[in-house]
Amino acid sequence: MSSVLFDVPGPRAVVRNRLIGALTVLVVLAVLGWVVWRLYATGQFTAEKWNIFTFSAVWVRFGEGLLSTLSAFAAAGVGSIVLGFVLGIGRLSEHAWVREPVRWIIEIMRAVPVLVLMMLLYYGLPVLGIKMPPYFAVVIALIVYNGSVLAEVLRAGIESLPRGQKEAGYAIGLRKTGVMYFILIPQAVRAMMPVIIAQLVVALKDTALGFIITYQELLYVINQIGNQAPYGSPLIPAAIVGGSMYVAVCLLLSYIAYRLQRRAKRSAKAGPAEPDPRQHAGETNTSLIVLQGDGSDLPR
Amino acid sequence: MGVITDHLDLWGDALWGTIVLFLGGGIIALVLGLIVGAARVSPVPIARAVGGVYVNWIRNTPLTLVMFFFAFCLPILLGERVNSLLLAVIALGIYTATYVAEALRAGINTVPVGQAEAARAIGLNFGQVMRYVVLPQATRSVVPPMMSVLIALMKNTTVAAGFSVVNLGTIRAALSERGENALVVLLWVMVIFVVLVLLLSWVQRVLENKWRIAR
Repeated sequence: MSSVLFDVPGPRAVVRNRLIGALTVLVVLAVLGWVVWRLYATGQFTAEKWNIFTFSAVWVRFGEGLLSTLSAFAAAGVGSIVLGFVLGIGRLSEHAWVREPVRWIIEIMRAVPVLVLMMLLYYGLPVLGIKMPPYFAVVIALIVYNGSVLAEVLRAGIESLPRGQKEAGYAIGLRKTGVMYFILIPQAVRAMMPVIIAQLVVALKDTALGFIITYQELLYVINQIGNQAPYGSPLIPAAIVGGSMYVAVCLLLSYIAYRLQRRAKRSAKAGPAEPDPRQHAGETNTSLIVLQGDGSDLPR
Repeated sequence: MGVITDHLDLWGDALWGTIVLFLGGGIIALVLGLIVGAARVSPVPIARAVGGVYVNWIRNTPLTLVMFFFAFCLPILLGERVNSLLLAVIALGIYTATYVAEALRAGINTVPVGQAEAARAIGLNFGQVMRYVVLPQATRSVVPPMMSVLIALMKNTTVAAGFSVVNLGTIRAALSERGENALVVLLWVMVIFVVLVLLLSWVQRVLENKWRIAR
């Protein structure tokens, strides 16, 4: 195998690579060994620490926590896609009085940390007499932030389409709305699908910020179960159990994004939306050579 | 303005906390990210696999959970109290390092293979290939994603507010005790973050212009 950084390894490089490989294994084993040793030394493997997990009520509580996380994510995901479309189309408007304010909203909302937005909704707005449960603070903050990011994603997707697409749409008599809805958005959404899903993973991860403003989601449950003093405060076991749930859900969503990306790449090769490799800056010249055949007919 | 000028001590502490978190987390993230990024593009399959597992797992863990592990679980494992600021800095660094590694890997991958092959063909050794051919081209495409990573890090410092580290995320609670209006305080925090992010975007533009070449 050859890449930008290295050629096919020779005998000396093979030996060196094996040495580096062995060193990597040693470092990883040392870190893992240290963690397991500390877990053992502080008594995290004793039955007492895991006793609390024999109660079904604890698992029900974990289920509730996971459900709260997922329900906040579902609402925030749908909301941010809707807001993303609204802001994204506003950002591309031909009227400056729509385009410029929307641009500023997007820029500001992307610059403010989600946690500060949540605090503003949860602690700030009661000053004006608007009180809301933490669920809505979490969901609205996530919608505003991720909606702004998705708006930029959608705009980038639409602007990356060839101009001919839009012109052809006008040429066959579609109006502005028709060109947008029948021609530009479907293509932009397909091209940007992996990025959109990746942003949804971000939204899912950010629901954990609700923990800080006392929304009773999964992390809150981990903390609550982990501080049950009568059961030996099993904080680490609870964090291991709850953390695995978090990582599993996020990995699943990321995997979907990865599969979509691979499918998009494959269909792009066969479909009419094939980007011209000669105009695509990120593409290497070798892929162009591959497309043209085995390279034997290239001028030498 | 009274909200700020009457409590300059608290605002100073908060801003200082945010900057320490940003710089400390940034340095750890850059060093660790460089190592992991190098592992992910190395010719050693085991190193690539380890780097891949690290990046994929940490990237799919909420930062709040990473910080939870460091702030609450690590002191139990060590059996002693640890400075919460230090723990938050390490957590931020370890979380951000995955994004740094990915930005570096993507940057290296934008350099066409033919460039390095040509460089090797004219007899340059590894160091020369890196220095004269690959890195100058990779640097240019790494700057924008790297600055996005740093901007995200700047915003993520607020998460430390949930783990009793003084920064701009905790100033609301501190000023509420002094009877200030929470809404006004938080609006000022938003303004500060917008300014900080604009500052970083400006640095990004300067760097991009500095390394731009006519193609």
